[in-house]
Amino acid sequence: MNSEHPIWALISTFGLMSLFAVGGAAAAVPEMHRIAVEVHHWMTDKQFADAYAIAQLSPGPNVLIVTLIGYAVAGIPGALAATLAMCLPTALLAYYVSRLLNRPSQSRWPGLIQAALVPLSIGLMAASALILAQATDRTIAALLLTATVAVIAAVSRLNPLWLLLAGGVLGFAGIV
Amino acid sequence: MSPDSAPAVQDSDQEPDLPAAHGPAPGLPALFLAFARMSLAGFGGVLVFARHAIVEQHRWMTADEFNETFALCHFLPGPNIVNLSMVFGARLRGIAGGIAAFAGLLLPPTVIMTLLAIIYARFGDVEVLRRILAGISCAAVGLLIAVVFRMITPLLKRMDVLALILMLGVFVAIGMLRLPLQAVLLVAIPVSIGVTFWMRRKVAA
Repeated sequence: MNSEHPIWALISTFGLMSLFAVGGAAAAVPEMHRIAVEVHHWMTDKQFADAYAIAQLSPGPNVLIVTLIGYAVAGIPGALAATLAMCLPTALLAYYVSRLLNRPSQSRWPGLIQAALVPLSIGLMAASALILAQATDRTIAALLLTATVAVIAAVSRLNPLWLLLAGGVLGFAGIV
Repeated sequence: MSPDSAPAVQDSDQEPDLPAAHGPAPGLPALFLAFARMSLAGFGGVLVFARHAIVEQHRWMTADEFNETFALCHFLPGPNIVNLSMVFGARLRGIAGGIAAFAGLLLPPTVIMTLLAIIYARFGDVEVLRRILAGISCAAVGLLIAVVFRMITPLLKRMDVLALILMLGVFVAIGMLRLPLQAVLLVAIPVSIGVTFWMRRKVAA
């Protein structure tokens, strides 16, 4: 098989990445950025930030930013290949592990390992936020918008869609 | 429940006040549709809608069963909610049920995302769309920061200094030094497990 073919590059990249994506999709965003923008030059910084925004704005699991990366690389086949490579291997792994652990509460190891992973996954999410903020917030107004949304979302129970909509309106008006 | 359904139901640990916690096991189309519906409702995260549908609306699992299943999916690699769809579907209907839930969760939003990607590829250079997306991006980053903040809160309340140091270490390694994820995790996971094990032994002793 030709390892230079873009579909194979997508499958091997995201298949491998998913096996290390502990803590969910947001934790894998810095690695996606590194691979897609810095290593393979599949997208520009700007395209990646736009893809992240579209993924946030769309319904469904946020991991589907890989669908957009796959589409940018190889069209609809690329979108499908990237999505399945990111989602299917780990889903099957979870299926087999859940069958093995009939009664996960009897051993203390599952709980211990999960507790150990919590700070690591939060650290990864924080890194995602920093990297995306650096790519996105290029003006004072943009930085202010990000900070305002962060504060409102942290202290209130407002539906996040309203904040995304507000961002879109401010962007449309040319303020950020 | 049909005889081929998986060994899903553990009746022993059920809460006494929920004697009829389990509704009838759904068929494959019902699984597909239920996960498609929660996926399409799930702007900014599917977990809330998944729990609502599985535990409260359909009563396919008790709250405790859901927590255990999600915990397992959380500490395994991969997108949590995607793992959950496969594990949950398989518990109720075997591997076919797992695939039905997995497909229901992913197929509709993948189609939507692909359509958006086509629109973006064609009109991505239009200045108006760019401006709107720029504003949305700023807000999306703000939402991510807020989620991180909410997740850190319990660590701060417990004054879990070691966890905060580990968290900061990963943040600096990935966010500021831009080291590759695999290398960082290969070091950080054993260290964190070791630290947690040692702390629990100290507490128990």
